[in-house]
Amino acid sequence: MLELENIVWSLPTGEEILKGVSLEIPDGKLTVITGPNGGGKTSLAKIISGIEQPTSGSIILNGEDITRLDVTERARRGIGYAFQQPVRFKGLTIHNLLELAAGEPLNEEALCSLLGKVGLCAHDYINREADASLSGGEIKRVEIATLLARRGLRLAVFDEPEAGIDLWSFTGLIEVFQQLKNHSGQSMLIISHQERILEIADNIVVIADGKVRMNGKGEKVLSELLEGEKASRCPMYEKNGRDCH
Amino acid sequence: MNSITEKLLGMISDWKEGFQGAFNIREDGQCAGRQSSQNIQIESKADGPGLVIRISPKTKGETVYIPACVTHSNVDDMVYNEFYVGEYADVIIVAGCGVHADGEEDARHNGIHSFFLEKGSHVLYKEKHIGTGTGTGLRKIDPITSCVLAEDSVLEMDTTQISGVDRTTRKTIAKLSARAKLMIHERLMTDGEETAKTEFEVSLDGEDSGVDLISRSVARDKSHQEYHSVIKGNNRCTGHSECDAILVGNGTVNAAPELFAGNIDAALIHEAAIGKIAGEQILKLKTLGLTEEEAEEKIIEGFLKG
Repeated sequence: MLELENIVWSLPTGEEILKGVSLEIPDGKLTVITGPNGGGKTSLAKIISGIEQPTSGSIILNGEDITRLDVTERARRGIGYAFQQPVRFKGLTIHNLLELAAGEPLNEEALCSLLGKVGLCAHDYINREADASLSGGEIKRVEIATLLARRGLRLAVFDEPEAGIDLWSFTGLIEVFQQLKNHSGQSMLIISHQERILEIADNIVVIADGKVRMNGKGEKVLSELLEGEKASRCPMYEKNGRDCH
Repeated sequence: MNSITEKLLGMISDWKEGFQGAFNIREDGQCAGRQSSQNIQIESKADGPGLVIRISPKTKGETVYIPACVTHSNVDDMVYNEFYVGEYADVIIVAGCGVHADGEEDARHNGIHSFFLEKGSHVLYKEKHIGTGTGTGLRKIDPITSCVLAEDSVLEMDTTQISGVDRTTRKTIAKLSARAKLMIHERLMTDGEETAKTEFEVSLDGEDSGVDLISRSVARDKSHQEYHSVIKGNNRCTGHSECDAILVGNGTVNAAPELFAGNIDAALIHEAAIGKIAGEQILKLKTLGLTEEEAEEKIIEGFLKG
């Protein structure tokens, strides 16, 4: 289990982005964080993976305080992170990246399986460089595949995995998340606005203006969100400036 | 041949206690072994140090090895090699160079290679340079390559210099006839106070001729590199020059691609990108469990291989 205790994070300018976030991400469950743009979702995901350090508060992974561990140490403890804006590498092939993610050599069958899950044909892609020659959608799928390739992953954090992916691949991606949820025993944390991802969540957390606004079972929170949307006061969009609880 | 030559050969070529096919091994300015094949004749030049290599027309699938090694300080070796590649031949030429300095004096190899590719021939030219030894003398390699490509011929040059050469100046000059193609892929890494200078000058004289120059380099520590390419489009042709360099520490790189379009149908492009390793790249690999040093190593390894 990952526990976040009163996480505060401020920009160097002093602007407070996260204002005391406390959460529990249970083992083997799919937790989706949603909320309006600029509300602090990606900041929270980066703090969990160690890319950013909180100004105050604690992060506890299975009883161990990992607050001050860097990205590498957290990765080695099983926290994986798929970037919202994937990084491109001149020279590193997709094959190279997936092997680095797996920490071991991968045969063609394993590569096919991984890339197939994100809607890419391995034969066309394994020897391609993960560089600017790939489209936004292609590099995004490769990014997700690097997380699927990880061994010993305990918590997979996906930051807006749907962004830049076409509908067909998105459907496949939902299936992958469902399979991971049902069979891997891994915890998953997905930052998303997508209703179809929210629908498969065990738990949904709504973050807005740096605070947890809603937190509960997926079906219940989603139904409240949809009702709120109908009433034009959806917390995801904070229409009319209202807070929703 | 001495043990240093054997070691250097292993680093710069496919040497495994011998070569298959035609070869000539040059050791400290002397011939340390030679063999011709039925289709590839190797002879000493009559008018100076060097070789004349004649590849018969339509020779297919053969490899000729012409490595050169300098195994101690105070050697300044210069050699003139000429390659005549017959019509429709398709061969591989492996021409690495290793320089070992064990004393205070410099060790230098200067290979001047001239290629004459006849109509429809294809050559893959592989060249790896390396410097070794703990001497304080400089290890220098200064190759000059001149290429004349006849109609429909193709020359692919794959050159690599990864470590240990203190000073290098590489000049490559090529003239291409109709539909001839030249592809050059250079990989270079300098460290310490090493310097490396690359100059390409390609004249696209024939209709539909084309050149693709790709240089990927890493300048570490206080090393310095210069890249200067000149592509002259004198006919309907295509030309592309790409210089990508990564800086590590206080390394410096000066890239100056130059294009001359002397024909309305000349399509020429140059690209040059120089910079340190992007922080996001390091971060991504750290999220996969690599340390910063491991991430940097993998990024450089991939960059130079690509």
